[in-house]
Amino acid sequence: MITSEWQVVWFTVGSAALATLLILVPGLALAWVLARFHWPGKAIVETITALPLVMPPVATGLILLKLLGRRGPIGSWLESLDLSIVFTWRAVVIAAAVMSFPLLVRSVRVAFEEINPRLEQIARTLGAGEMRVFFTITLPLAARGIVAGTLLAFARALGEFGATVMLAGNIPGKTATLSLAIYNLVQLGDDDTALRLLAYLIAIAFTAVWLGERVLGSKRRKQ
Amino acid sequence: MKLVFEKVVLPLSDFALELDLSLQTETLGLFGPSGSGKTSLLDLIAGVRHPAKGRIVVDDVVLTDRVARVSVPSRERGIGYVSQEGALFPHFSVEENLRYGGQRRGFAVISFDRVVSVLNLQTLLQRRIVNLSGGEKQRVALGRALLSSPRLLLLDEPLSSLDAALREETMELLEQVRNEFRVPWIYVSHVPWELQRLCTEILVLDHGRVVRQGPVEKIFTVSSEPVWRLRQDD
Repeated sequence: MITSEWQVVWFTVGSAALATLLILVPGLALAWVLARFHWPGKAIVETITALPLVMPPVATGLILLKLLGRRGPIGSWLESLDLSIVFTWRAVVIAAAVMSFPLLVRSVRVAFEEINPRLEQIARTLGAGEMRVFFTITLPLAARGIVAGTLLAFARALGEFGATVMLAGNIPGKTATLSLAIYNLVQLGDDDTALRLLAYLIAIAFTAVWLGERVLGSKRRKQ
Repeated sequence: MKLVFEKVVLPLSDFALELDLSLQTETLGLFGPSGSGKTSLLDLIAGVRHPAKGRIVVDDVVLTDRVARVSVPSRERGIGYVSQEGALFPHFSVEENLRYGGQRRGFAVISFDRVVSVLNLQTLLQRRIVNLSGGEKQRVALGRALLSSPRLLLLDEPLSSLDAALREETMELLEQVRNEFRVPWIYVSHVPWELQRLCTEILVLDHGRVVRQGPVEKIFTVSSEPVWRLRQDD
């Protein structure tokens, strides 16, 4: 593997990992709220959360571009803080985070829903407050589902293309991830290098999904 | 223990649990067919569920009052709850389960060693929950509830999943717990001879309403197991 290929691999793994870290806390919080509470309008929140799963990634990318672009409502505010998003590594991370978010929320929500609510109720009768119940009962019992969901979200972030190309562009050495680099190389007719990068991508994604399935598998066996 | 339900209404799926009563007893038995609202009544006292209307008072402490918008959180009620399935925390050891609650300020202190000794839990302390039998799980659940120093214990059919021999053994243990720790309890069962041995006062529930109330000997006539009948009103 030559240096530039290493750089692309590390950039892709790093941005996917950062994107996954970025969505972990809000993803857990939203999954918990969706699993535990019912309120009017909940279906709307569920639908908005699931939209990136069913919409073309390019469409999601366009929405992000309009929001985070220099003239966008969020982008202009960030510009005033001297923080550029579009066509930077930050855009790669944000695009991957948005596209992976629904996958994380779905997996973690199922993990929370599988916990017998009686356990949390009994913990409260024993004098535990909401934070103690969450950190000593809910979170440990959902841990395997959370780990599996996190790995799946990471795998999704690794392969992100459509939203990334809209928001971050396809700038070699700056915003090009493995997916984008493969696309570039195929366009240039360098199939050998493209196939090599493809092999790296498959190896990394396979490891993440395999680990996720193993974690879920051990959970099913324990049940 | 003084227990007051004032015009309490809790809508359930097929009917509403409606309670309007006041009673004083140390050992109350709740009797009734499955789905009559027994567990829901315990949930109301524990603060696990909240009524649509009414007021619940235990020993002059207002736990719920919909009009005054009072609802004491579960964690502050001082109610020990042993649910039907035990609901032990599966990722903790027996000892970690027992110590989860801890002592509450303002309540009588119940010693860890004493509970472990009375419930015969010494050899189980380091065991995982998954390795416990049904009877052992119920003993741990009872010990855990006792160790939170409750003002009142709620026991929801603690013997229902046990075989006959183990049921007898656990019933003796419950009698010992009653005599040793003197914590008032509400004991749910649809087995009259359990209630006859463990309770002095009985509420009979049917479709969410109290259909009979009184001392146990006035509610049941149990000649010999398994022969029993509800006494007719005098």
